[in-house]
Amino acid sequence: MPAIGARAWRRTARALLFLACLAPLGVLLADGLGGRLGADPIRATELRTGIWGLTILVVTLAITPLRRLTGWNVLGGYRRMLGLFAFAYITLHFLTWFGVDQFFAIRYIGKDIVKRPYITVGFASFLLMIPLAFTSSAAMVRRLGKRWAPLHSLVYLAALGGIVHFVWEVKADLSEPTRYALVLVGLLLLRFVPRRLVRPRAARPVAAAVLPPSVEPTRAA
Amino acid sequence: MLIRRAPDLASSEITPESSYLNRRSFMAAASFAALDLAWPAARRRARAPGDGDKPNSYEDITHYNNYYEFGTGKEDPAEYAGQLHTTPWKVQVAGEVAKPGNYDLDDLLHGQTIEERVYRHRCVEAWSMVIPWNGFPLRNLINRFQPSSRAKFVEFTTLLRPSEMPGQRSDVLPWPYVEGLRMDEAMHPLTLVVTGLYGRALPNQNGAPLRIHVPWKYGFKSAKGLVRIRFTETQPSNTWNVAAPNEYGFYANVNPDVDHPRWSQARERRIGEFFRRPTLMFNGYGDQVASLYGGMDLRRFF
Repeated sequence: MPAIGARAWRRTARALLFLACLAPLGVLLADGLGGRLGADPIRATELRTGIWGLTILVVTLAITPLRRLTGWNVLGGYRRMLGLFAFAYITLHFLTWFGVDQFFAIRYIGKDIVKRPYITVGFASFLLMIPLAFTSSAAMVRRLGKRWAPLHSLVYLAALGGIVHFVWEVKADLSEPTRYALVLVGLLLLRFVPRRLVRPRAARPVAAAVLPPSVEPTRAA
Repeated sequence: MLIRRAPDLASSEITPESSYLNRRSFMAAASFAALDLAWPAARRRARAPGDGDKPNSYEDITHYNNYYEFGTGKEDPAEYAGQLHTTPWKVQVAGEVAKPGNYDLDDLLHGQTIEERVYRHRCVEAWSMVIPWNGFPLRNLINRFQPSSRAKFVEFTTLLRPSEMPGQRSDVLPWPYVEGLRMDEAMHPLTLVVTGLYGRALPNQNGAPLRIHVPWKYGFKSAKGLVRIRFTETQPSNTWNVAAPNEYGFYANVNPDVDHPRWSQARERRIGEFFRRPTLMFNGYGDQVASLYGGMDLRRFF
């Protein structure tokens, strides 16, 4: 039966995506235990978790524009998982810095957060993601109703903050953070393209409140 | 008045290869376990300045460093420096000297007594290493050229060869790399011309065939792959200062009290260690070099 087939396919795709998101962490752990993180494994861990957090975050932001362009509404069902993985990697990034690199040295950490703009921005963006992760469940989507979408559009601010954090951290080679910035700007611009131009034939989306958990409102960021 | 003894560190302290290999795998496992185990103990453990200066492994020294000529990644130099040809090698000596000219490398090294110097190396990025160099005091070389009384500074230029130095194909820094020292800094007995590492020939990625190391200054002052030494009356420009004048000065003395505008210089991670350690004034060489900067505002001349 095609309906069950489609559901099974979707479940498999979900599982594969889940594993794909876990893969960088698995590689990191394997490299760490195998001594393949180079001379400064702590710094390498910070770099990798930060890069993966930012990458997954940008991929998350690409979901909605991609769905509009292609009309593949099924993509929307993976957005929350991706967003939560982005948050998980950023959390690891933060914890590595806080608990391993700085080793809970609050005296230095507090000073750094206040004095170092790249840390201030990075830390603020991390804090900003906490309420978003907390309100990502279907129950919270329903409970927040119309307020959910504007709240979650803050994720663009978090991504922007993450990229600024990256730009301000590097010494001279801006090529990598620039790539992220360009993608983010592109995605942001796509959100402003009138929907009718992008997807002329599509039906209007149903209101968030009546959607099953795996489908999220089109407007939400 | 040559200080022959390498300060603080005896060569007998060099870690045998087997120990650092073990320590490396131990470190890798420990970094994941230590979070749970070490937290209360760590707060009690205060480090005495200069404590435990064990040389880093050959592997770490040769696979984790900055040499932007080969790329901006820490492992780029190790990966790409193999393609550099260092023979033949000539060094141009120019400026305010009685004996300028193009010197063959062999000629420059002729008659110099190569000694081992175990130096602390502090990167401006707040990491550090302990490196057993082989080399000789720069002043032994400088004296040969007979600088005139007008020589107040020395400028060092790194090789420009984009065909073999892939990092030079991007404009991440203005090439070629130049650095400079005040004459008294260059003539200081601690300032070393480096020709080897761990008793072996200097690897390309560490600045072969000829580099300097100025151990009380941030690493970027210690120019690598030298092709020109020029003596000047006025202060030469230095690459990082040109690239970001508010972040990197000409003096670049290691100073825990003067932060980089974007990060703190109060502490550093010694490669191979789990906990950050306090950074020492002049990288711990204050007894020997502080007098060079008497009366200078080190906050202004950073």
